[in-house]
Amino acid sequence: MKIEPKISEDILLDEVTSKEYEYGFTTNIESEKIEKGLNEDVIKFISKKKNEPDWMLDFRLEAFKVWKEMEEPDWANINYPKPDYQDIVYYCAPKQKKKLNSLDDLDPEMKRTFDRLGISIDEQKRLANVAVDIVMDSVSVATSFKEKLAELGIIFCPISEAIQKHPELVKKYIGTVIPVRDNFFSALNSAVFSDGSFCYIPKGTECPMELSTYFRINEAGTGQFERTLVIAEEGSYVSYLEGCTAPMRDENQLHAAVVELVALDSAEIKYSTVQNWYPGDKNGKGGVFNFVTKRGICHDNAKISWTQVETGSAVTWKYPSCVLKGKNSIGEFFSVAVTNNFQQADTGTKMIHLGENSKSTIIAKGICAGKSNGSYRGLVKIAKGAKNSRNFSQCDSLLMGDKCGSHTFPYIEVDNKSSQVEHEATTSKIGEDQIFYCNQRGIGTEEAVALIVNGYCKEVLNKLPMEFAVEAKKLLEISLEGSVG
Amino acid sequence: MLEIKNLKAQIEDKTILNGVNLKVNKGEVHAIMGPNGSGKSTLSSVIAGNEDYEVSSGSITYEGDDLLEMAPEERSHRGLFLSFQYPVEIPGLSVSNFIKTAINEKRKAFGQENINAKELLQLFKEKCELLNIDKEYLSRSLNEGFSGGEKKRNEIFQMAMMEPKLSILDETDSGLDIDALKIVANGVNSLKSSSNSIILITHYQRLLNYIVPDFVHILKDGKIVMSGDKSLAQKLEKEGYSFLN
Repeated sequence: MKIEPKISEDILLDEVTSKEYEYGFTTNIESEKIEKGLNEDVIKFISKKKNEPDWMLDFRLEAFKVWKEMEEPDWANINYPKPDYQDIVYYCAPKQKKKLNSLDDLDPEMKRTFDRLGISIDEQKRLANVAVDIVMDSVSVATSFKEKLAELGIIFCPISEAIQKHPELVKKYIGTVIPVRDNFFSALNSAVFSDGSFCYIPKGTECPMELSTYFRINEAGTGQFERTLVIAEEGSYVSYLEGCTAPMRDENQLHAAVVELVALDSAEIKYSTVQNWYPGDKNGKGGVFNFVTKRGICHDNAKISWTQVETGSAVTWKYPSCVLKGKNSIGEFFSVAVTNNFQQADTGTKMIHLGENSKSTIIAKGICAGKSNGSYRGLVKIAKGAKNSRNFSQCDSLLMGDKCGSHTFPYIEVDNKSSQVEHEATTSKIGEDQIFYCNQRGIGTEEAVALIVNGYCKEVLNKLPMEFAVEAKKLLEISLEGSVG
Repeated sequence: MLEIKNLKAQIEDKTILNGVNLKVNKGEVHAIMGPNGSGKSTLSSVIAGNEDYEVSSGSITYEGDDLLEMAPEERSHRGLFLSFQYPVEIPGLSVSNFIKTAINEKRKAFGQENINAKELLQLFKEKCELLNIDKEYLSRSLNEGFSGGEKKRNEIFQMAMMEPKLSILDETDSGLDIDALKIVANGVNSLKSSSNSIILITHYQRLLNYIVPDFVHILKDGKIVMSGDKSLAQKLEKEGYSFLN
């Protein structure tokens, strides 16, 4: 019998990874992780590691039981090798000597990582108005502005901390917007979620700053299962930002996050995302698999607004949705989804109208380049009781080159006669005449494409908070570099 | 400033320009007239560097340099401006942002800093007044939903903002009513100086009543078949192109 020497693939991969992806590097922070695979013991380990109360462990175990009986969905217009769920590490925490009170105490190595990402924390602090809760791999490292927020009764902390300190709130709301058995990935997340953010805005309070979180996947082969819960009490307002970049990896990384938003009567939640995970290389190798479940519930007169700019990931499966339960509630979805090279995205939204006079708006802008495939999938459902409800949907696609594909799958279900649904869709190409026109005015082709694309996305970019919009514009330019001419 | 020698150009396999010769000096205004399909717009496209057209022979010299060697944006940086016959629409891109980018790209090419906001605003204000344009129009999407006349006026507005050395106005008069024509012509005249030149491409003599050319050339079957002063345009107006036969 011959025994093959076992070469660590990770080492090889590290050697071959190039610098093509701007954010493709890993930090040298020692990680504490468990063996690959998923079973009840692993879940108990995670729960124990986080010192969770019994009800949380029970929630996880129940979710695991449900998940085991479910099958990975395959209805989306994407093709990818199904991950081996027993080949994933489900817990990984950066080792730290002590709990940090402020960002200044941050591990210098980590600090450098953030600096390289262009996330200058100091800058952000100085510019104020942005409180940052950084999630690196699975554990929240530090939380800022907490005290300032605490004065207003606003809670903004890692969800693991919320489970300890505010169990009544977490217990009351977790899994209520996205039930454990909602789908395969939400069940998985419910069983193994590592950490994430928790945000609570008390009655009548307007959160005075944009709340912001940066997510990163830092450990090779580590699954990332974020869990976010935002609760806006009656008459409150909050704007929440989320931005992501990931280091380069030559093996696929799974991300299955769950985000739940609760907007109680007359509350408003604005949730903005700029997503730039590693999309794989030019030949379609590697990249993050992004299977996210995001949903919000609107009670009477409440409003939830999702804005997203998606440029990263090899495969995206994502439908930020609104359940418009209350009367006069409002749901909005503004999205820019870019696919290039071999990226695939099946993304859109669901607007479920249950309350009378509920309104929803969907503006989805797809940009496809290279050999990529982008699909918009959206459901507008108006229930019988949702009298006089209205929806407006606009789905546009912009194609670059002739090797990419763009698809639209609108589902419309209307169960009453007093409601009104509008759907508009366009497909266009960046014209050579547009580029020549810009060239003639002294604007080079790359810059011209950026101008045209930014113009096309303007309606969505305008919905982002200022500093995010600037970042998003840059991201669009980087993502589409070299795709024309 | 510009010298075209024996220029031949084709699109796909069809020869459109068949040996054009033209010399434009500083401070001169040239009008190029000619029947439909004579190659007027092709000539302007080739000068601007549109890659749809292939130059098979001949040369174009601009300020002593080989123009055909330059990329379209470089030609622009060097002061060449084309007022398009059919300006394109770019939804979501504001007129002001477009012009600001154009100005800054040119400055960048010469190693200069971006134009400062105050200077830019002053320039916008001045040129809006010159062309009788409401400032609100600066925030509109480039050419989107513009009437034919508005598009043409927008071209001349850009010309005014960019201060080119050589401007080619490709049928800028078509689609303009008489009032708009006067405003545009007035704008062009005020931009005229002893150091810049203009090539007017037009079907009609009408424009030449307002922008008086130093030379008039008649382009037919891809060649300049006749040149003269402004009286040639008047003759053409009276007799039509048939007198060429």
